[in-house]
Amino acid sequence: MFVLVVGAGRVGASVATTALRAGHTVSVLDEDPLSHERLDVELGETWESAGGRFTIGTALEMDALEEAGIAGADVFIASTDGDNTNLVVSQLAQKRFEVPKVIARILDPRRAAWYAEQGLHTVCPTAIAIDQLEKAALGQADAVGRAGDEGA
Amino acid sequence: MYVIVAGAGKVGWNLARELLERDNEVTVIESDRRRYLTVEQELEHAVHYGDATELWVLERAGINRADLVVAVTGDDEDNLLICQVAKEKYLVERIIARCNNPRNLELFKLLGIGPAVSATDLILRLIEHEVPKYGLVHLLDLPEERLEIIELVVSDDAPAVDKAVSDLDLPEGALVVAVLRTKGGFVPKADTVIEAGDEVLVVLDPGLEDAITKHFVTENGSG
Repeated sequence: MFVLVVGAGRVGASVATTALRAGHTVSVLDEDPLSHERLDVELGETWESAGGRFTIGTALEMDALEEAGIAGADVFIASTDGDNTNLVVSQLAQKRFEVPKVIARILDPRRAAWYAEQGLHTVCPTAIAIDQLEKAALGQADAVGRAGDEGA
Repeated sequence: MYVIVAGAGKVGWNLARELLERDNEVTVIESDRRRYLTVEQELEHAVHYGDATELWVLERAGINRADLVVAVTGDDEDNLLICQVAKEKYLVERIIARCNNPRNLELFKLLGIGPAVSATDLILRLIEHEVPKYGLVHLLDLPEERLEIIELVVSDDAPAVDKAVSDLDLPEGALVVAVLRTKGGFVPKADTVIEAGDEVLVVLDPGLEDAITKHFVTENGSG
């Protein structure tokens, strides 16, 4: 599979590294060259020597996305630190480039839920944290699966 | 009419003023605290402090009863998403988005967010009109109707020179509707002969520009 990761912070870099180790073709797009170093450190060798691709550019630059190989991507992961960027770029991947599998990290639980209803695969770390905190603090029975629907 | 304006920059603030003067109900949403305090001195309760990309902020502003949402922040992604939820989640009847970077207009179109207004694009159109060397001027775009009108200056050695309109062999979906010559403009007939230096107005289906331009403008004349 060809996996394109846009935004290589802690989450993006970790997913990219795992995918590469699992034998997939992985391309990473990030505006900050420093994020390349994070990938090198995670891997223990340089990202390129391990077979990875890296493009410097912002998520909404069409040229950068194309250079990173979006046209041939099987999986697209939007994991920049901005919800708005992730929402726009993942819809771009879906509608313009017709990437078969598009996943967006959205911190705002309400928008993550609404866009999921619209057919976008969203992952909401905030909802997961709320859920786990409630379970840890109040016990399993008192906090059943309501994290995704409540206000931010 | 109840209007929600996202962004209290120069555009948003002045827009709110004009709308209020015309007896509309207006709420402006501004996420920068200092800017909000400045604008609040004049607009008072008509400005809210908050991030208009957050659903609860829009709901607090009464988006459920809004007739029009105008997103004019300095950030194209924000404008896009504000209009998207306004239209598709809250079913607001009319939306208008500001597009700061004309390169992003394509994104607005792709996601069905329109009309999207780009100041850069508007000024560029004016420049094109004032500076005819550009070769091709878009006079009118009607994307809904899928029609455009363009203006071209016929260059000296263009294929169309000395040909009758009926012999031009333009692609299907294109029609020369007016010719502007030194003496003035007129509607051409089938036997009207095109001259170098003429300005021709062509109605066409969007996307035919290149196919049409090559009849009237040669490579080195297209600036």
